[in-house]
Amino acid sequence: MIEQAPALILLFPFFASIIVALAGIRIQGVCFPITVISMAASVLSGIAILGQVVNNGAIRYRLGGWEPPMGIEFRIDALGALVALAVSVVGLLTAIYSKRQVPAETPDKISQYYTLYLLLMTGLIGMVITGDAFNLFVLIEVSALTSYALIAMGPRRATLAAYKYVIMGTIGASFYLLGVGYLYIKTGSLNMFDIHEQLIARGIFDATAVLVAFILITVGVWIKMAFFPLHAWLPNSYAYAPTTSSAVLGPLVTKVMIYVMIRLTFTVFGADYTFGRLDWSDIVVWMSVAAILVGSISALAQTDLRKMLAYLIIAEVGYMVGGMWLANDMGLIGSIYHIIADAFMTLCVFLFAGIIFTQTGKRDLNALDGLFTKMPLTMVGFLVGAFSLIGIPPTAGFFSKWYLIQGGVASGHWEYVIALLISSLINAVLFFRIIEIAYFGIKPAEGHGGHHHEELSKESPTKASFSMLLPLLVTAAMLIGLGLYNRDIVAIISDFVSQFNFGVISR
Amino acid sequence: MEFFEAISAKFNYWIYVIIMMIGLYAMIAKTNMVKKLIGMSVFQTAIILFYVSIGVKDGATIPILYHDQVHAGHHHDDHAHNGEHYDTPHGTDHEADEYGYPSRHAPDVVIDGDDFANPLVHVLMLTAIVVGVSTLGVGLAITQKLHREFGTIEENEIHDMIKSGK
Amino acid sequence: MKSLALISVVITGWLLLSAVGDFPDWGDPNSPANSYRLSQHFVTETFHETAVPNMVTAVLADYRGYDTMFETVVIFTAGIAIISILRRFTSDGADAGTEKVYEKRPDLIVDTTCRLMIPIIQLFALYVIAHGHHSPGGGFQGGVIFGASFILIALSRDLQAAHKWVPEQRVLNLAGIGILIYAGFGLASMFLGQNFLDYAILHKIMPASPIEARYHSMLGVEIGVAFTVTAIMYSIYSNLASKGTMKEGL
Repeated sequence: MIEQAPALILLFPFFASIIVALAGIRIQGVCFPITVISMAASVLSGIAILGQVVNNGAIRYRLGGWEPPMGIEFRIDALGALVALAVSVVGLLTAIYSKRQVPAETPDKISQYYTLYLLLMTGLIGMVITGDAFNLFVLIEVSALTSYALIAMGPRRATLAAYKYVIMGTIGASFYLLGVGYLYIKTGSLNMFDIHEQLIARGIFDATAVLVAFILITVGVWIKMAFFPLHAWLPNSYAYAPTTSSAVLGPLVTKVMIYVMIRLTFTVFGADYTFGRLDWSDIVVWMSVAAILVGSISALAQTDLRKMLAYLIIAEVGYMVGGMWLANDMGLIGSIYHIIADAFMTLCVFLFAGIIFTQTGKRDLNALDGLFTKMPLTMVGFLVGAFSLIGIPPTAGFFSKWYLIQGGVASGHWEYVIALLISSLINAVLFFRIIEIAYFGIKPAEGHGGHHHEELSKESPTKASFSMLLPLLVTAAMLIGLGLYNRDIVAIISDFVSQFNFGVISR
Repeated sequence: MEFFEAISAKFNYWIYVIIMMIGLYAMIAKTNMVKKLIGMSVFQTAIILFYVSIGVKDGATIPILYHDQVHAGHHHDDHAHNGEHYDTPHGTDHEADEYGYPSRHAPDVVIDGDDFANPLVHVLMLTAIVVGVSTLGVGLAITQKLHREFGTIEENEIHDMIKSGK
Repeated sequence: MKSLALISVVITGWLLLSAVGDFPDWGDPNSPANSYRLSQHFVTETFHETAVPNMVTAVLADYRGYDTMFETVVIFTAGIAIISILRRFTSDGADAGTEKVYEKRPDLIVDTTCRLMIPIIQLFALYVIAHGHHSPGGGFQGGVIFGASFILIALSRDLQAAHKWVPEQRVLNLAGIGILIYAGFGLASMFLGQNFLDYAILHKIMPASPIEARYHSMLGVEIGVAFTVTAIMYSIYSNLASKGTMKEGL
């Protein structure tokens, strides 16, 4: 059983999605339990995989029993195991959260919603564990198609955002596919590790086609992760989608694409090529600085809570892209740590935004008026997420930023360090504004008369139900846990990072 | 003249770029949502042309074995079915696997790698076609829903409606 | 917007073309893609390892069977996605008034032609599915043809006529069952102690040698694919054509 864990982590949600599609239409009650149970089983497999990887090194799993590169293989190293586990945990938590939300927001399409949800999880987990460049494309499309639908099921502005996402997402995925084609025409292989070996064996690192492949793949993945100049599709998609959709897409899609970027740059092209031959670190780090600043400043301008959080995602993407391109091990460790940390802190704040939207029915920040007394536990959960996004110890956000800053200092990219600090400051301003509204209430001058207030109190926000509160609090606890156990996590990440000898790369 | 020879040697690759750019232009510049989706379809089809061009081999045929070769294979298949210990008249190198079955089907059939085109790219493009169809379908469904909600499929008109509606 | 589009198109086009000079010539048998052991293995060894003469089918359903499973999932996802985006289950009275309802009388010539054609189309679809091992074809191609026959019913009469044959519920069941068939082969090999989708081990439950087990499993897998593709093709058509109401087609 344990040696099948690499397949099982993905097969549980996969089979569950088909069962939900078949049985859920007749008996809607089975959708939620099947989803939660399958995601829980997936989490257990993820833990088994992580244990195996930490103890015995990378796992290779041959699908169909064919030896690579003939067949497709999973190759799960420390990085893959960690991210796959994080993805499945986020999937489980959001699944629990969805219990009340999905029947409320998409009442006549519950089974379709859960089918798509589970297929999205299948696609995302598959992207993390696969070792085949073309298989990655197929799974990108599985997760993309499901996310289009999960967004488009929302109100009409969400549908418009989903249309933009379809166009941008297709361009991104097609660029990736084209990049793989350019690699294939030069190497004849599709297995990521084999492509790298072939690039070395044939000595074609100088070929134009390889350079173009690198650009195509990088740009394609950047579009998918909403890196700054290519981010236009993201804010509205995540702001207007059904709350469960944004709670699962926000933390996962961009993070998994960052994982894909790290995987492709380091496994397929290799650190020597990316940072040695192409000395583009300076340009990309400057781009990430722009992403961080634009994301943060745009977030400051928003009055809509979820749109603000969506812009924060763009800033966070800048953190991670920049961290990876700092071209030293601290930056890479920080970037990978931030994938995990950011998945949970984004989940935390999106769950909070979803709860607020459901309980008050309002989108803007004024909905938070005086919520501290009405929903104390929800606010505590949110506070942890906010502190993590700001970077206050002992939350995970502090430690990942700490590594990123160390990486920035070590490589001399001061502009990156400064952007990181400015962004943290802006986050602090943003979240203290929310805390102020929630704790002290809106000043009466802004309150536009008492009439409005009365109307509110008539249907005053009730406490969030247990199924919504539990994931939020678990996420908050995990953020603190990830922070407290930062040494263990960094040890696992170092396992992966230490194979790249950054010191040798000439810069 | 050399220039034309250079192009004609890689004609498919030139053409695919041109077709693809037509699609990309439509995807970015058009405001009509259906036209954008048509552009998307053109864009994806160009990639298929590119991939299929990779797999072409001069003098090779489609990657399906000739009838004679298959027929020879079936002949040996019958031997294997008889359950007797499998020995070939030629005494070639074939060994049984752990269950006592022959480890290679029809070991006498010789297949020349240069006779058949590269099958892999066809497999990949079958997948890409399916992905293209699916994306187009979802794109059309979203467009139809937008038409139902806004009554138009012009993107700028929808933006105006949202702005004025607020 | 137009100038921006033009600039990005020119840059992308220039980028893509700049690498063309680096490619091997068109049709070169010694290009890396054609001469590397991956492609060579598929051409020369497929028949020995799987007994399937059509290499594309063998690579599709066996060597890269995991890809193909997700390819089927992509189709399935598209079908579910379109239903979830477009389908309107409740018939609100306000909507019914705005939509035109045509009184459709079946045209004699169209009706008769289709009645003759549809069985032939379906028979041909079955041939394409079943003969995918020996000739061009397989689950996707056959499934699309089979789906087209139902679309032809819907086109020649109306959606309701097609619904008699393939009600919505049955379509979705077929699609799900198709994937279950595919994944079931993978799961069965897992229960028999091998990796997912390793068909060779299925010889334990099939009256066949391991190589023949691969051969027969591929047929089974293709049938699963055909189920899903047939169902989803029709589902996509009926949803798009009726604007999600499933009442009146084109």
